[in-house]
Amino acid sequence: MKNSRRTFIKLASLAAATLAVAPKAMASSGGHEPVSVNPKAVHAKQWAMVIDTTKLHTAEAIEKLAALCHADHNVPTVQSKKEIKWLWNDTYAHTFPEQENPHLAEEVHHRAYALLCNHCENPSCVRVCPTKATFKRPDGIVAMDYHRCIGCRYCMAACPFGSRSFNWEEPRKNLDLTKLNPEFPTRMRGVVEKCNFCVERLAVGKMPICAEASEGAIVFGDLYDPESPVRKVLREKFTIRRKPSVGTEPCVYYVI
Amino acid sequence: MLELALKGSKRYYGWIAFLLVLIGIGSMAWIDQLRNGLVITGMSRDVSWGFYISQFTYLVGLAASGVMIVLPNYFHSYKTNKHMVIFGEFMAIAACIMCLFFIVVDIGQPQRMMNMIFHPTPNSILFWDMIVLNGYLFLNLIVGWNCLQADRVRLPHPHWLKPFIYVSIIWAFSIHTVTAFLYQGLPGRHYWLTAILAARFLASAFCSGPAILVLVLLVTEKFTTFKMPRNALKTLVKIIAYAMCINMFFFALEIFTSFYSNIPGHMHPITYLFEHASAGLVTLMWTFIAFAAIAITLLVTPKFRNNLKLLPWTLAILVIATWIDKGLGLLIGGFNPTPFETITPYWPTGKELLVSMMIYATGALVVTILFKIATDVKKEMGHSQALPCGCSTEDHCDCAPAEAE
Repeated sequence: MKNSRRTFIKLASLAAATLAVAPKAMASSGGHEPVSVNPKAVHAKQWAMVIDTTKLHTAEAIEKLAALCHADHNVPTVQSKKEIKWLWNDTYAHTFPEQENPHLAEEVHHRAYALLCNHCENPSCVRVCPTKATFKRPDGIVAMDYHRCIGCRYCMAACPFGSRSFNWEEPRKNLDLTKLNPEFPTRMRGVVEKCNFCVERLAVGKMPICAEASEGAIVFGDLYDPESPVRKVLREKFTIRRKPSVGTEPCVYYVI
Repeated sequence: MLELALKGSKRYYGWIAFLLVLIGIGSMAWIDQLRNGLVITGMSRDVSWGFYISQFTYLVGLAASGVMIVLPNYFHSYKTNKHMVIFGEFMAIAACIMCLFFIVVDIGQPQRMMNMIFHPTPNSILFWDMIVLNGYLFLNLIVGWNCLQADRVRLPHPHWLKPFIYVSIIWAFSIHTVTAFLYQGLPGRHYWLTAILAARFLASAFCSGPAILVLVLLVTEKFTTFKMPRNALKTLVKIIAYAMCINMFFFALEIFTSFYSNIPGHMHPITYLFEHASAGLVTLMWTFIAFAAIAITLLVTPKFRNNLKLLPWTLAILVIATWIDKGLGLLIGGFNPTPFETITPYWPTGKELLVSMMIYATGALVVTILFKIATDVKKEMGHSQALPCGCSTEDHCDCAPAEAE
């Protein structure tokens, strides 16, 4: 009796071990690359953005770009503290709280500033994610795997720029389902999302949608290519970044 | 030993039924949350952690607190504590279960939580927190259960347990340190970005945790024949007194650093909590200061500290003070002001509180069952039993032999 129980447990654990190992063994036996890179795709070592606030400085103009971005990425519209936003605008004081100055040039003070994920070179959100659901791509973009995210929101606590949003409820409830962009997935409830620097557009050789629609106010390019349009602007104009003191090396620059 | 939990008085079963009802009510709210998402909570884009995570943080302190009984017993051979040890360990088990439960209800996609194990990420402190909390749970299960089982058959504790015991003592400090690291390593959250946070967490844990444990044991004494050895209790209350003083000293260090340096980011969360927040929150924060002052006064004055009638009140005041500080203010002050230097108020919703009630009731259920087993074994063995004079059998008091006849 005792022996047969022991045998049963042995067999059962062996079966369980096999089940656990088998799928991995099967998967590793293939070994071919299922994805091929689009020949039109654009590449960089670290994508970066320069926003010229002398050209793009009204709430209306930024809202127009945000509407394009949100429609393109199926970002739900939630009118509450639980809102979801990839691109939005705010005042100078809220955008650059450490660089506030009570006697700031009035014109600078009254501009609206475009805010989005900074795609930091040294992102704290990536450092804290317990599942690698948010990660740094080889091209410097801080990306999200919505299928791996467990929704712990540690990245939201870690982001010093407030760039991340959480799907507190079913996102499709707050989307116009007749106007979904079929090229881009909607998310499920309970995951974090944020600006992705339009990876899906870069992959087919297009620029991010906000840069494309900005009429030259937003410049996009490789931070490590001295000939890139981004580096050209950075060489010529005075720029600042949000919260440089926290050491994340944000890659969105602002021409003031 | 589990059979001991099945044989109880009507009152015991009544209490368990009551807890099950609370769990049942709370689980309705949880089911609602599972169906509709965390939208039922008061959390928002700016205050993205709330009541759940702050309860988790507070309860990690409770889990770590048992070590204040276990450490003197094993590291200093302070054997007066030996019959209290099991309660510290069993309380830690219940606290760890509540902590893990609070994490599970807080995450947006709980069915994916195994991703933390499938994709282990050592650079994430949350990964390490998962390791240390589960580890501490199992260490206490192994140590507590085996020691009690050995006691029951009057055998010495098995030798192979020694390494587990010593590891568990060190481990207790690690769980709260790692939990503090969850917070204090985040750039841009001024209230948390301070090296003293882990030390403050430990100090607050080592006063609030034992205080809760003593309160629960005082209730246990009412319903069982168990009686805490007087000297063990006295020592524990002294530890609580020291830990609370250290806790408030560390808090004062925060205040000094923030206001003498005059750095706005460091001052804002504190002025928000104590001045600019909603009237309710500001009142609560000042209650924390007042209660902390009262608790310290009562604890450092020998006359009040040794007054057993007053002790439950002292400890309750201390628990309330530390809970407001760590179980509420810590989270709200960390998220407010927001990264935009704006204010987004947060207050838990009723449903959020119901889910929390479910978890607290689950913890109470675990404590009830484990303490029932432990007190039954103590009774069988005649350890730490109440004498008619009100002393414990471990007290060696003069009144005992005469009146116990």
